[in-house]
Amino acid sequence: MATYRELLQQIRSEISEVDATHARELIDSGQPLVLDVREQDEWDEGHIAGAIHVPRGHLESRVERAAPDHSRPVLVYCSAGNRSAFAAKTLAELGYEDVVALSGGFTDWKRNGFPVQLQAGLDASRRARYSRHLLIPEVGEEGQLKLLDSKVLLVGAGGLGSPASLYLAAAGVGRIGIVDADVVDESNLQRQIVHSTESLGEPKVESARRSIEALNPDVEVITYKERLTSENIERILADGWDVIVDGADNFPTRYLVNDASVWHDIPVVHGSIYRFEGQVTVFKPHVGPCYRCLFPTPPPPELAPSCAEGGVLGVLPGVIGSLQASEVLKLALGIGEPLVGRLLLFDALSAEFNEVKLRRDPDCPVCSDHPTITEYIDYVEFCAGTREPA
Amino acid sequence: MTKVRIPLTLREVTGGERELPAEGDTVRELLEDLMGRFPALRNQLVEDGDIAPFVNVYVEGEDVRTLDGLETEVRTDSTVILLPAMAGG
Repeated sequence: MATYRELLQQIRSEISEVDATHARELIDSGQPLVLDVREQDEWDEGHIAGAIHVPRGHLESRVERAAPDHSRPVLVYCSAGNRSAFAAKTLAELGYEDVVALSGGFTDWKRNGFPVQLQAGLDASRRARYSRHLLIPEVGEEGQLKLLDSKVLLVGAGGLGSPASLYLAAAGVGRIGIVDADVVDESNLQRQIVHSTESLGEPKVESARRSIEALNPDVEVITYKERLTSENIERILADGWDVIVDGADNFPTRYLVNDASVWHDIPVVHGSIYRFEGQVTVFKPHVGPCYRCLFPTPPPPELAPSCAEGGVLGVLPGVIGSLQASEVLKLALGIGEPLVGRLLLFDALSAEFNEVKLRRDPDCPVCSDHPTITEYIDYVEFCAGTREPA
Repeated sequence: MTKVRIPLTLREVTGGERELPAEGDTVRELLEDLMGRFPALRNQLVEDGDIAPFVNVYVEGEDVRTLDGLETEVRTDSTVILLPAMAGG
């Protein structure tokens, strides 16, 4: 039985090591793949420029994906040269033909004054743009980087999607997807502030893209000029979204969004509005209730409030859509108490907020342990003959 | 009498009031009282003798489905909210 020291010595005798100066020459020659096997927090604090990162614990399972060419030379390093010695031995066993380890590790590399690449932080321009976020301890640089790395899908670029998209874009959410098949109509402009008189007749997704890009060029906008259906929902979700903002104007879409979110385990920030009243909640699959726990099935078309005669106070979606954006940011940052299991009701006329509890339905047709709905359902259109969102 | 909050989506069939007083010791009795006075409310609230799946009734902030359903007891000072699904966005 060998001690750690003996084992390390044994391994060292079986691998090739180079010192920092020699390693730098190798790297400058452009030959080797540089592999960092330290832990995430060590990597985050700085690493050799151009290196790839595979923590030692995941080396066997992940390195071949990161370095498929076994004949390319590999320079492996860790902090002091011990973990990289074991890693070099493993790499040889995996069939990498030319492996060397950096004997003094990253510590020796830095001691020699060789260049270090710091974890991508915020540049001066971003620091200025997001300075009011950086001042909040709950957000800070780390939080802002999370936002820049987050991907939010907006279903609907109408009343709710307008303020939500603008605030999410302003906050620096890195990728915003928008699903909407409609074009901008004059009757939209009383509340849909992401569009403008200039964009009348233009697809809403394009109009929204222009507004978002003008507001914040950091945001990548992905547009889907189509109505969400059972046919396209899987394709749209395959683009990878962290959170969905449901600002749809009809029941069929809302039930599709719900069922998909449960099956794909994506939280939905739900909002809906009617005249002076609005509701907001967060459906976090398998943690809190889903939309079908709340309303197992949509109302029959003849009972659904008519979109055409509904009407809505222009600012109401501003309130509700902004609350949705606030919930999205909390989810992305992992802070606060999201509206999971709580439905927030807003009445603009009385200027009152009320809250009711939402509980998971143990017999929910979608999110319970014995679901009865396992395929998408395209419910019939509820506002037949009208194209105008509420 | 217990006050029942009527959402905007139902106010057209209940005379426009934001809150209506209703008589009864249970949710069933309250709803029967209201539906007796406003018959158009019936198919907005009830389906197959139970609360319709597209509407919720809350007593003290709790969905009565998680309590005793239509038999959930109410007091005169209970906060009762009717909440139909709404899809506008």
